[in-house]
Amino acid sequence: MNMAKIISNRPFYLGLIVLVLILLFTLPVYGSNYGIILLTNIILYIILTLSWAIFSGPTGYISLASAAFLGVGMYTMAILGNEFPLVVAVLAGGLISSCLALLTGALTLRLRGMYFIMFTFGLTQLAKYVVLWWEHHINAITGRYVIIIEPPIVYYYILVIFVSTLLAAYYIRRSRLGLALQTIGENEEAAAHMGVNVTLVKVITFGISAFFMGAAGAIMATRWIYIDPSIAFNILYSFLPVLMAIFGGMGQLYGPILGAAIFAYLEELLITRFPYYYMLFFGVVLVVAVLYLPNGFVGLIEKWRRRSGERQES
Amino acid sequence: MMVTILNVVIDGILTGGIYSLIAMGFGLQYGVARVLNISHGEFIMLGAFATWSLYTFFGINPLISLVICGPVLFGIGFLIHRTLFSRLQRISASTGAYEASSLLATFGILFIIQNAALLIWGPFVRGLGVYSYPVSFAGTTFGFNRLITPLFAIVISVAFYLFISRTRLGKAIRAAAQDRVTAGLMGVKINSVLAVCFGLGALMASLAGSLISITYTISPIMGLEYTAIAFIVVVLGGLGSISGSFIGGFLLGLIGSIVSYFDASLALITYYVIFMLLLMVKPTGILGK
Repeated sequence: MNMAKIISNRPFYLGLIVLVLILLFTLPVYGSNYGIILLTNIILYIILTLSWAIFSGPTGYISLASAAFLGVGMYTMAILGNEFPLVVAVLAGGLISSCLALLTGALTLRLRGMYFIMFTFGLTQLAKYVVLWWEHHINAITGRYVIIIEPPIVYYYILVIFVSTLLAAYYIRRSRLGLALQTIGENEEAAAHMGVNVTLVKVITFGISAFFMGAAGAIMATRWIYIDPSIAFNILYSFLPVLMAIFGGMGQLYGPILGAAIFAYLEELLITRFPYYYMLFFGVVLVVAVLYLPNGFVGLIEKWRRRSGERQES
Repeated sequence: MMVTILNVVIDGILTGGIYSLIAMGFGLQYGVARVLNISHGEFIMLGAFATWSLYTFFGINPLISLVICGPVLFGIGFLIHRTLFSRLQRISASTGAYEASSLLATFGILFIIQNAALLIWGPFVRGLGVYSYPVSFAGTTFGFNRLITPLFAIVISVAFYLFISRTRLGKAIRAAAQDRVTAGLMGVKINSVLAVCFGLGALMASLAGSLISITYTISPIMGLEYTAIAFIVVVLGGLGSISGSFIGGFLLGLIGSIVSYFDASLALITYYVIFMLLLMVKPTGILGK
């Protein structure tokens, strides 16, 4: 038995995933508070990236609306958090984001390529300025305080959202919906001719992916404590999922997860050591990744695996 | 009443002129070089801060800085295209793949320039405070800067338009925009032309930045706001149309100043509503066929 054979084994993967999940779910028992908060942030990035990749990965439609969905989730929590049970507020965050996505999807059916990118960018900005205006003029406030929740509880919520996102991503990939999405990415006209209801498939998937972002935003708002429109609808949260997914590579399901995990951990590491240089460093990493890792980490790993596989046969 | 209208119109032309400059450079970069440059605003910020530094530390007149900063940023843009984007173009399988990866690369450039600027100039909001003395014009008084900025913006825009439509290099650029391969076959040095286009985009951004520093306050994180404006104007005027960007800029500036007259906080909302409605109804812009 050699390494290459073991790690290309299906039960091995399943075992590994179960092990990781058990470790993650028992973390609050033995982990430090800092560890829990750090992991919460990392998992948030993974959820954002993974749910972004559910829609944008196979279809190639680059959405910059992530921050809008995240922000809608946050505001839902800020408004409902005091009056409703936590689980209701989180689900509501997801559902309202989902509705916004369905509406956006239905409106932007004709837009492709750059126009779709621009529209989703506009959506995030518009959401920010409308909420800003509304809060100023109607409610005469700038921001809102959100209920405070214990870190382990936030952690469990974010973990459950993560597992659901993972399951959704996995099953969509293997379902007819996933195949339809893949076809749309390859050639949308051909997909339509083959009998794929292109519109419906796109809109539904967009809605599903927004649900997880909204739910994650709702629970994360309790960690932020105070939110205002420029925090909740920060356009950076639209950019980051794109960057992390490309960084990790979208050919495989684990690509976005790997990309987000590495990115989030690097951020934490750099922000504490070089608070002034870390974004600069990000920029450099990004340019280098675009130039030398066109298929992300996944591309690199697949290449390495293929090479070790070839060595095996010869 | 007349004075109010005049004020609104002058304000509209002031912001409109700057919007036009920004959008023309941005439109050229996307229309010809196929780079959707998210870092466009960062070049504007660089131009503004270079002007500010030259004035504060060396006492150089901001209007002279126009001709100093512009060519320097042209050089930087040219080099970035030569090193980064031409390589990306070589390794990209298709135009679509190149558009996506060049978009990502400009995210990287955005982070690099913005944070380098934060390190150099600090997070402070700066203002130049030149030419702000009042002058009488048509029976009312204006800050002098509010009159010369649009004047310069119009002169630069017209010069840029003439350059694209009348010169040999401009013809090469238009040819490259229409059909890159055929233009190459006709003897256009396509890689140089694309690099020149990217450089010209940076040049226009720098000029806009210098003018902005004369009239408005500036900060290292101002870039993205102007990139968003470029997005809107370019869609308004039609993607890839230079004259569309020019007209669209002034149109948006006027709309902005009229809305601001009633409620300043609604201006940005109006911009984005127009932007999204246009994308839905007529993505080719007001001048598009």
